[in-house]
This record gives sequence, C-alpha cells and structure tokens, in this order.
Amino acid sequence: MSDFVSNRQIKALILCAGLMPATALAEYGLNMTRGVTTISREIYDLHMLAFIMVSIIGLIVFGLMIWSIIHHRKSKGVKASQFRHNSNWETVWTIIPILILLSFAAPATRTLIELEDIEDTEMTIKVTGYQWRWHYQYLEEDFGFFSSLASDHNEARQKNSGIDVSKIENYLLEVDNPVVIPVETKIRFLLTSNDVIHAWWVPELGWKRDAIPGFINSNWTMVTEPGIYRGQCAELCGRDHGFMPVVLKAVPQEEYLQWAKDMKQQQAEAASGVDREWTMAELMERGESVYTTACVSCHQANGQGLPPVFPALTGSPIATGPISDHISIVIDGMQGTTMPAFGEQLNAVDIAAVITFERNALGNSVGDMVQPAEIQAAQ
Amino acid sequence: MSEAVLNGVEHQHDHHPTGIKRWLFTTNHKDIGTLYLCFSLLMFFIGGAMALVIRAELFSPGIQYVDPQFFNSMTTMHALIMVFGVVMPGTVGFANWMLPMMIGAPDMALPRMNNWSFWILPFAFTLLLMTLLLPGGGPAGGWTMYPPLMLQTEHALPFVIFAVHFMGVSSVMGAINIVATILNMRAPGMKLLDMPLFVWTWLVTAFLLIGSIPVLAGAVTMLLTDKFFGTSFFDAAGGGDPVLFQHVFWFFGHPEVYILILPAFGVVSQIIPTFARKPLFGYVSMVYATCSIALLSFIVWAHHMFTVGMPLAAELFFMYATMSIAVPTGVKIFNWIATMWRGEMTFETPMLFAVAFVILFTIGGFSGLMLGIAPVDFQYHDTYFVVAHFHYVLVSGAIFSMMAGAYYWLPKWTGYMYDEKLGKLHFWLSVVSVNLLFFPQHFLGLAGMPRRIPDYSTQFSEWNAISSVGGFVFGFSQLILVWVIIKSARGHGEKATAQVWEGANGLEWTLSSPPPYHSFEVPPKISRS
Amino acid sequence: MTDSDKAYYLPSPSHWPITGSIGLFGIFLGAAIWLNGATFGPWVMALGSAVFIYMLIGWFGVVIHESESGQYNDQVDDSFRMGMIWFIFSEIMFFACFFGALFYARMLSVPWLGGDGAGFMTNYILWPNFVDNWPISVTPDPTLFREYLEVVPAWGVPAVNTVILLSSGVTITLAHWALKEGDRKSLVRWLFATFALGFVFVGMQGQEYYHAYHELNLTLNSGIYGTTFFMLTGFHGLHVTLGSIMLVVIWARAKKGHFSEERHFAFEAVAWYWHFVDVVWLLLFVTVYWV
Ligand code: HEA
Ligand code: HEA
Ligand code: HEC
Ligand code: CUA
Ligand SMILES: [Cu+2]
Repeated sequence: MSDFVSNRQIKALILCAGLMPATALAEYGLNMTRGVTTISREIYDLHMLAFIMVSIIGLIVFGLMIWSIIHHRKSKGVKASQFRHNSNWETVWTIIPILILLSFAAPATRTLIELEDIEDTEMTIKVTGYQWRWHYQYLEEDFGFFSSLASDHNEARQKNSGIDVSKIENYLLEVDNPVVIPVETKIRFLLTSNDVIHAWWVPELGWKRDAIPGFINSNWTMVTEPGIYRGQCAELCGRDHGFMPVVLKAVPQEEYLQWAKDMKQQQAEAASGVDREWTMAELMERGESVYTTACVSCHQANGQGLPPVFPALTGSPIATGPISDHISIVIDGMQGTTMPAFGEQLNAVDIAAVITFERNALGNSVGDMVQPAEIQAAQ
Repeated sequence: MSEAVLNGVEHQHDHHPTGIKRWLFTTNHKDIGTLYLCFSLLMFFIGGAMALVIRAELFSPGIQYVDPQFFNSMTTMHALIMVFGVVMPGTVGFANWMLPMMIGAPDMALPRMNNWSFWILPFAFTLLLMTLLLPGGGPAGGWTMYPPLMLQTEHALPFVIFAVHFMGVSSVMGAINIVATILNMRAPGMKLLDMPLFVWTWLVTAFLLIGSIPVLAGAVTMLLTDKFFGTSFFDAAGGGDPVLFQHVFWFFGHPEVYILILPAFGVVSQIIPTFARKPLFGYVSMVYATCSIALLSFIVWAHHMFTVGMPLAAELFFMYATMSIAVPTGVKIFNWIATMWRGEMTFETPMLFAVAFVILFTIGGFSGLMLGIAPVDFQYHDTYFVVAHFHYVLVSGAIFSMMAGAYYWLPKWTGYMYDEKLGKLHFWLSVVSVNLLFFPQHFLGLAGMPRRIPDYSTQFSEWNAISSVGGFVFGFSQLILVWVIIKSARGHGEKATAQVWEGANGLEWTLSSPPPYHSFEVPPKISRS
Repeated sequence: MTDSDKAYYLPSPSHWPITGSIGLFGIFLGAAIWLNGATFGPWVMALGSAVFIYMLIGWFGVVIHESESGQYNDQVDDSFRMGMIWFIFSEIMFFACFFGALFYARMLSVPWLGGDGAGFMTNYILWPNFVDNWPISVTPDPTLFREYLEVVPAWGVPAVNTVILLSSGVTITLAHWALKEGDRKSLVRWLFATFALGFVFVGMQGQEYYHAYHELNLTLNSGIYGTTFFMLTGFHGLHVTLGSIMLVVIWARAKKGHFSEERHFAFEAVAWYWHFVDVVWLLLFVTVYWV
C-alpha cells in the first residue's frame, strides 16, 4: 500500500483532518493493532487508508451540510431557490466516489492475493475448535494438546463468583496451554471443528478464519517479533463462546525446538501407564485435574451442571449407576447433545481417572473405580 | 358483502363496526396502518428492553446478572424482534397510511388481505416470544441462526422456525399488496415518474421482499428438516455444508437490510424538501439510485462471510460488488444535501431527525464500506466494529427515519399538532445518547472485542460502561415519543390544517387532517409541474 | 357488471383474515409441540387445520359470491392478477432456494469433500475414504447416513410423469380455449382431464417414493443426494397436489356455470399456477433425475 500513500503522507493527512496521530490512537486501545506480520501491517495500512479517506469525505459532506444549515435557513430571510437537478454535479459525485473506491480496491486485491498464497509453508498446525476450547495438532512433529481458559479465570467468570475480575491480569485472555510457534517461519494453519462453527482469531496476525465442522480451511502466518499474542473465538459457538481464548506464543527458533521436544516427551509419559494398575488416590488426583479442564465448563465445578441443558453429575443415574454406562457416555458422547465423545480427545488414563473421580467426588460416593486398561479395551 | 362501490356521485358514510371489532375486522388502510405502527412501537420496547439487558450485563466485566446462555438468547431475540417486529412492520405501517393518499387512491388494492398481513404478526410474535418460557430457553444461536449451533437449540427450535415462516407469509402478502396498489391504484394520469419518492422506495422494497423472504423460508425449512427429518443440507458427514446455510441466509439477509433502509430513504426524501421548501434535487437519479441499490443488493451477500474460506475469486467478486453500492448510496446523500442547498430551511422535529439521519447513516455507511474491503474485514468481522456499523444504519438510520416520519405525519393522522417542545427534547436526548451508545463500539471492535459475548477482558471496560449509559439514556428517552403520540392522538394540541407544513407538497396534503375514511373517493386530478 | 371507470370497489370489514391467522397459529403451534414430542401436538394441529380450512371455504365463498354477483370491476380484476403473479414469483424464489442447495452440493460441497480444489486437506485429513461421484451413495460418514442401492432412473416413472404433466399443460390450455369460446362442455371435460392427470402424477410419484424407501433404501436420510432429491420433488409434489385441488374447485365452479367468456380470473390464476408447477418439474427432471 505504501506505493499509494506513504506513511508520511498518512500522518500529514491525519494532521490535516485534525485527528490524533494513528500511533497515539493505538496506544489508547482505540484503533486496530498493527500486528506482528507483514500481512497484518498491510491490513492495518488499508484500514487506515479507508478510515482517512472516509473521514475526509465525511468532513466535506458534513461540512457542506452544516454550512447550508447555518446559512440557508428561513430565519435568515433567504428565499428558496427552485433548482431541481444539475447533470454536471450529478456526474461529478458519481465519478469521484468510483475513483476513490478503485483506490481501495487495488491494494485490497493485492493483499488478498498474498493472504491466499499458502505455498512454501515450513510447518503445519491443525487447529480444531471444540465447545469450548481449542485443540492444536503439530502435524510434522506429531503431538497435540488442548488449550482451555485458565482455571482461575474460569472460576472468576462464574456468576456471583465474588472475585474482582479487574484484579486478574489478562482477564479471559489466558489459557492453560498456549500454542507455541517459532518466529520468522511461514506456518500453515489448518482450521476445522469438532462440533459447531468457531473462528480462530489472533488480532496481531491480521486475520481470523472460521473453523467449520467437516471442512478444513487453511491460512498462513509468519510472525516477525517474539511475544505473547492473545485473541478469542470469533464466531458464536454456544453458551461459552465468550470463554474460549487463543493465546499464541511466538518464540525464537531454538526455543521452539526445545519446547516441541519437551512436549513430545510429556505426551509419551502421559499416555504411558495404561498397562499398570492405578490406585484410587492416583486416579482421583489425576481425575480432578482432568475434570477441571475438560468437564467443568458444562457440568460445573460442583457437579451440579446447568439443568436442563447440562445435567448434574451429582446423584446422576449414570454417574452413580452401572459403570459401563458411565464409561460409554464418556467415550462415545451422546449424539444430538453437546456431550462430546471424549474417546477421541483424552487418553485412556485420563478417561479412567475422570470417571473414577466423578463417581467418588462431586457429592457422589459409589466407591468403585475403573482401570485405564479397561478403558483401552472398551475403545 | 361489499361495503361500498364508490363513485363520484353517491356519497358514502363511513360505516364500520366500532370497538374491538373495528380493529380485528378492518379493511381500511388507515386502521391497518395504525395497527402496524402501534405493534411496531410495542415491539420496540420489548426488543429494546432486551437490548437493555444486554447493555446492563456488559456495563462492567464479570458476569453480574444473567447466564451466558440467556445472554445469547437476549441477543438473538433482540435482533429478531427489532428487525422483523419493529422496522419492517413500522415501515409497512407508514406505507399503509401514506401510499393510498400519495397516489390518490381510496385504499390499498387488496384490503382484506391487508388485514390478514397485519393480523398474522401478533400470532407470529407470540410463537416467538413463547420460547422464552420453554425449558432450555429461547433461541440462542444469533439472529443469523447458523447451523450446526442453531441445531443444538432445545425445544425452542421449531417455534422459532415456524415463527419465521409465519412472519414471512405476512411480509410477502404485505409486499404483494403494495405492488398491486402502486401499479394499479394510482390516480388516472399519474405516471410512475410522477410518484413521490416514498412510493418509489416502497415499490422497490416490495420487490426485494418478494424476492428474498421466500429464500429465508427455504433456509429455515432446511434447518427444520436437518434437525427432525434426517436430511443433511448442513452436515458434511452426509455431503452437505454448514456454509450453505450462510449463503442462503445472506442471499436473503443482505437484501433484507435494504428492505429496512429503503423506506427510510423514502421518508427522508419527503421530509427534506418540505422543510427546505424546495423540490427534491435529482428526482430521477434518486429513482435510478434506489433501483440500482436494490439490484446490487442481490449480488453482495457473501460480504458477511469473508472469513468462511471462500475461493479467492469469490472473495474478490463480492468485495468489488459490495464497494460499488457506495456509489448509488452516495448519489442519494449528495442529492439530499443539494436539496437543502439554498433552500429556506426550518428545523421542526421531523427535519431534525431527517438531518441527523443523513449524517449518522452516512457514518454507518462509511463503516460498512470499510467492512466491505475483504482483507480488512478479516480483522473487523464478528467484532463490535460490525455492531457499531449496523446500529448506525439501523438505529440512527432506519429508526431515526421512522421517528422523523412519525413526527412529520402525526398531525395528518390525528388532526392535531404534536408538542414541538417535547419533540425537540426527544430529538436532542436521542441524538446525543445514540452516539454515546454506539460510537464507542467502533473503538471496542478495533481494539479486539468480539460480538455476542456476555463478558469481556478488562481492557474494554471504559467504553462498554459509556456505551451502556448511552443505551439507558437512549432507551428511556423513547418514552417521550410515546407521550407525544398519546397527547396528539387524544387531541391535545393545535388543530392541524390540511397542508400541516408550509412547504409540504403532494396529494396527501390536499386531504383534511385527519383524512376522510376512504382517502380519495374521487380520483384526484394530477397536475404536473 | 356495474363497471364504471370512476368507481372503486372496497370490501367491507371481514372476520375471515383473523380466522385464518388463528388457524395458522394452531397449525404452527401444534406442529412445534409435536416436533418436541408431546402427544397433544397433532390435536392442536388438527384443530388449527380445521379452522384454516373453514376460513378458506368461507373466504373464497365470499369472493366467489362477490365476483359472480358482478361487484368486481376491471381494476379489482387487475389487482387480483398482480397478486397472483407476484405470489407465483415468490414461489419461484422458494424453489430457487432448494435448487441453489442442489447446485451448491453438486458443484461445490461434494467435490470439496472429495478433495477437489481447496478441499484437498478436507478430504485428506477428515474424509480420506470419501470419493466424489454424483449421485453419491456412500456419504463421507456412512455410519451416520444410509447408503442407498440405486437412484430413481430418469427414464422410468419420471419420464412418464413428465409426459403426464406436459399433457396436462395442453389440456388446461384446451380448457381455456373452450372457456373463451363459451363451450362449457369441453371446458368441464378438459378441466377434468387436467386434474385427473395431476392426481395420476401424484399417485405415481407416491409409488415411486414407496419404491425408493422400501426397495432402493433411498430416503431423506441418504445423505445430500437423498436430501435434495426428496426435498425438491417433495415440495413439487405438494404443489401439484395443491394445484390439483384448486383445479377441482375450478372444475366444480365451471360445472355450476361460473366464469364468463371475458372474465374468469380464478380460472386463469389456477392455469398460471399449473404452468408454473409444470416448468418447475421440467427443471427438476433435468437437474435431479437426468444429468
Ligand atoms: C439498514 C441496514 C444496513 C445498511 C443500509 C447497510 C449498508 C452497508 N453495509 Fe451493512 N450490515 C447491516 C445492515 C446494513 N448495512 C447489518 C444488520 C449487518 C450485520 C449482520 C450480522 O452479522 O448480524 C451488516 C454487516 C455488514 C458487513 C459484514 C461485516 C461482517 O460481519 O464482517 C458488511 C461487509 O461488507 C457490510 C457492508 C455494508 C455496505 C458496504 C453498505 C453500504 O450500503 C453503505 C453505503 C453508504 C455509504 C458508503 C455512505 C454514503 C456514501 C457517500 C457519502 C459517497 C461517497 C463515499 C465513498 C466513496 C466512500 N455490512
Ligand atoms: C433495527 C434493528 C435494531 C435496533 C433498533 C437495535 C437497537 C439497539 N441495540 Fe441492537 N442489534 C440488532 C438490531 C437492532 N438493535 C441486530 C441485528 C443485532 C445482532 C444480533 C446478533 O448478533 O445476532 C443487535 C445486537 C446488539 C448488541 C450486540 C449484542 C451481542 O453481540 O452480544 C448490542 C449491544 O450493545 C445491542 C444494543 C442495542 C441497543 C442498546 C439498542 C437501542 O437502540 C434500544 C433502545 C431501547 C429501547 C427503546 C428500550 C426502552 C425500554 C424501556 C424504556 C424500558 C421499559 C420497558 C417496557 C415498557 C417493556 N444490539
Ligand atoms: C460441551 C458440554 C459438555 C462437556 C464439556 C462435558 N459434558 Fe457431559 N454432558 C453434556 C450433556 C449436554 C449431557 C446430557 C446428555 C444427555 O442428554 O443424555 C452430558 C451428560 C453426561 C453424563 C451423563 C449424566 C446423566 O445423568 O445423564 C456424564 C456421566 C457426563 N456427561 C460426563 C462428562 C465428563 C466425564 C466430561 C469431561 C471429561 C463431560 N461430561 C464433559 C455436556 C458436556
Ligand atoms: Cu468457539 Cu465461539
Ligand atoms: Cu450486507
């Protein structure tokens, strides 16, 4: 866009228009972020170009109108002139807007083409939306994890939680596991969803894109500056749409490699232990942490759920009845409701742990337990 | 059965049932117009009360009053009510009252059907509002009803879908009636290009309605069968696509927004010449602009879906088409200003609202244009920037023009002038508070606040608080309007003359205020200047 | 006819519209309750339908009476005509919506799911086993949507039905000519032939549906092919049924001596409607069954 209007010109235009300099606007949280990619900066520039142009048009149009309102009023003793049309003027105010629009269309086309160019990406992250958290899969490295709203934020955001949210840093914009990417790398994002449509959005990258169940959308980014960038789900996806943030951590290449190595190792460890016998205490401890990340958003921290949509687990016929029903609803979910099939989302240890936890906590005390090995067999 | 075969010789008395039956059975365009307008006003307060629930919850971060699910259903119901229950019936009410008078007809072309178009609405909205009482609550998938989310709706789903079908029946019948009236009931000698602009805008709007409402009906029918009859329109597992719904919905939805605004353009095009005491500038280009806006409106729908991942060519096409709508709309704005230019203006309440309309609608149009630039929309989409855009064009656009029209024609309808002092108070309170309400939402959107969320990060606190204060002031200011209407309807005020306004021109101003029961029993003579 | 250029016709207040609203409300409310699984839903719906049918008979009765007693002038006739034309246009848009869905599925969503163009990743990651060939019988997720055995071939019943509908278009035109010539006997005869063909069409389609459901395993639940097939042909069949019922009414009126050589709006309205149904079928035949 700088071919069309240079930055200096933009600043001059702003001064002419009597507006605050763009940079100052951004600092006060009034304006769009410039972001940390070339695309995001191009988009920002386009936004400013459009904004400045419409401001100027507005000043002219409203200026003329106000001048007329002041001078052409009955109380000033003017007599109405009776002209009805003027072809010259009508042509002028048809042609000029067309020219202005062309001046937007050209750079916009260029940016769009650039944005759609998914060639030559160096790595791929598959992002899957779930009600209401994100799952990231690093395709080349072959590991993945869920990322949900951090639990202290989740507590604070409950109605009548009694917690002063203004004391919480980055309220609602914090997750348990941020998605980590290396800087200066062209990364492809594949976006899809497991249930309803979500949209993955980090303003600093300059774009958002819908995650649509059954289809895969792709987009790319190349971040130039390390940092932590925060965004949110941007497509209404149900009750907790407001509570599925995205936190993206851009780090130098080496740091990324180290992180990826650690992640892989962690995952291998977490999945291990399927074969061994787990004690009740171990399962309960692990189960509680699984419950607070995977289940609370619907069934609530105290297990009371939010009837009639989300049933209470406390005293529930399934959570206190035959354990096989309990296992099957957690593994397969419930068709036609929002209860997800966790068989695809959690490993056998986690499933065993959370089921054991639900039966012996949250006000339930069935007393039985299930071993990870049994879960694996059931799958 | 016919009440009267009217002709120039025999004089007919207005014989019609009185009391409640008058309103239930009426075939009179003025009675039906009044019904529409009262219904619209009632719905405005219901939909507005829901907006105030939203604004109250958003006043500060943290969840204070409502459950997130209920918040979403407030957003959904607020929009459905405002769009289908306030602006559409309201402008149809104006059309009912004014079209026959403006074209020199005794009534609408199909008066019994006219009654039916209205008397569907209370039932349709009962069906819609009932959902709030169902277990699981009202619909909460947004007024756009995107699947698969909408298909997760509990018991409310069929109620909403049938309510939309029901309203659609009403709109299509109303639109057919308006087309037939305009094309068939004009006074002898009145050519299409002699018609007042309000009539023109309604003619075009009626075509938009007939062309787009059935598509909405089809879209929600597909939702219904996907949910209950095993079809897979919107399910990839069966070969469908959730995005198909969005295409179909917006094929309706974008023409719909012009259905909301074109009559508003018409109202303003009547008012500005009156108070500038000057003929409308560029009448013919206004007509052409209206028609081109309508035609373009059918090929821009996907600008609501730039982020769904369409092929590049489609994105480019919809971007260019969208931007081009700014040209005919600009013609309208410039023509209004040229009408004011070197006029002899006075600023009674209708004119104040009309002037505010031109300015604030233009601001909304500017943000619309910015949204139309596809790559930038990747940032704006589904943020409060969009919310700011459409409330500028809807509230300070469509609603303001309806306010202007109400003040403008109230003396004609009731026979008494409204209270000018109260009117001015209403205007100033509204115009200040509406900006307080919606201008900060631009900042919120640009700073990254998504729409349809009940709670937000603390960095957005200040502007949300300001917006909420503006919302409450704006909402409660509207009670003044109710008071003004009641006063005028009950005969408190100066008696209005037939012409009412010094600069008013047109057939409707040749009839007494209030006009006779059958507006023109004898077709008026059309004199062309 | 009390025709006069200067005269307007205005109907008196009427209770039929609000009766219709109550009926429709009952139908919609009942259906919504029914879909929610409550057993009294059908009863509410039946009650609503009864009120609605009562309204149709009453309202049309009034209109027919007014028309036959010569109260309508040319202007009213024109208004009715415009009303009918634009009503048919709205119906066209309703069908356009479903045709749009069909084209979208055939040209965009199914190829994408099969890996075409931008859908490469969609196919590769999400539906690796899905192959796109219209009409698709194996859906991307065959566990959720039933596989069908065969589609209904174009050159069987559908082709016969095409001939039937096309000939009914001819018979109604013959009826119209007869009416204009004042040949009442042929009018009645051709009208009878028209709706008879209409009912035969519906009957054959019913059989075809039965065959599809019970032998071909082709149902609404057979993925997007079954979906578009049944929704398009189903709505069309519904329109043929309605059109045939309207034809029966016109036929009965013609037998009673209604309509004059110059003025017979109701006849023409139904004829237009019939032609519209005809054209929709041709489109259906080509896009749903044939290519
Ligand atoms: C009355 C209703 C109304 C009107 C009139 C408009 C008018 C316009 N709208 Fe708006 N719009 C809505 C109601 C309306 N809109 C609603 C309800 C939504 C949200 C729906 C939802 O998601 O819930 C929406 C959303 C919406 C989007 C999608 C945003 C998103 O979700 O990401 C877009 C994108 O292109 C858009 C564009 C436009 C444009 C280009 C116009 C143009 O018509 C504006 C043209 C006017 C001008 C430009 C000003 C005057 C012109 C001049 C003075 C001439 C000179 C000017 C220039 C050359 C710049 N609108
Ligand atoms: C014509 C259409 C129209 C109108 C007039 C309005 C009017 C208003 N709108 Fe609305 N709005 C929409 C159309 C409209 N809106 C649409 C289409 C959406 C998108 C929905 C979606 O995302 O799906 C939306 C969404 C929307 C949101 C975003 C919600 C979200 O994303 O979660 C907000 C938030 O501030 C809002 C606020 C308001 C306010 C404060 C008003 C005010 O103008 C209202 C003024 C208030 C009153 C008139 C009330 C007066 C009440 C009293 C005085 C109390 C007395 C009460 C009784 C007597 C019953 N609207
Ligand atoms: C997105 C929302 C959501 C999440 C997350 C969720 N559930 Fe559920 N759950 C539901 C819904 C809805 C039902 C009701 C299903 C039905 O109607 O049969 C349900 C039902 C259940 C039941 C049966 C209760 C009963 O009495 O019917 C159990 C047990 C259960 N869930 C366990 C879990 C576990 C364990 C987790 C986390 C690992 C979890 N749920 C996470 C939505 C959710
Ligand atoms: Cu996920 Cu909104
Ligand atoms: Cu639009």
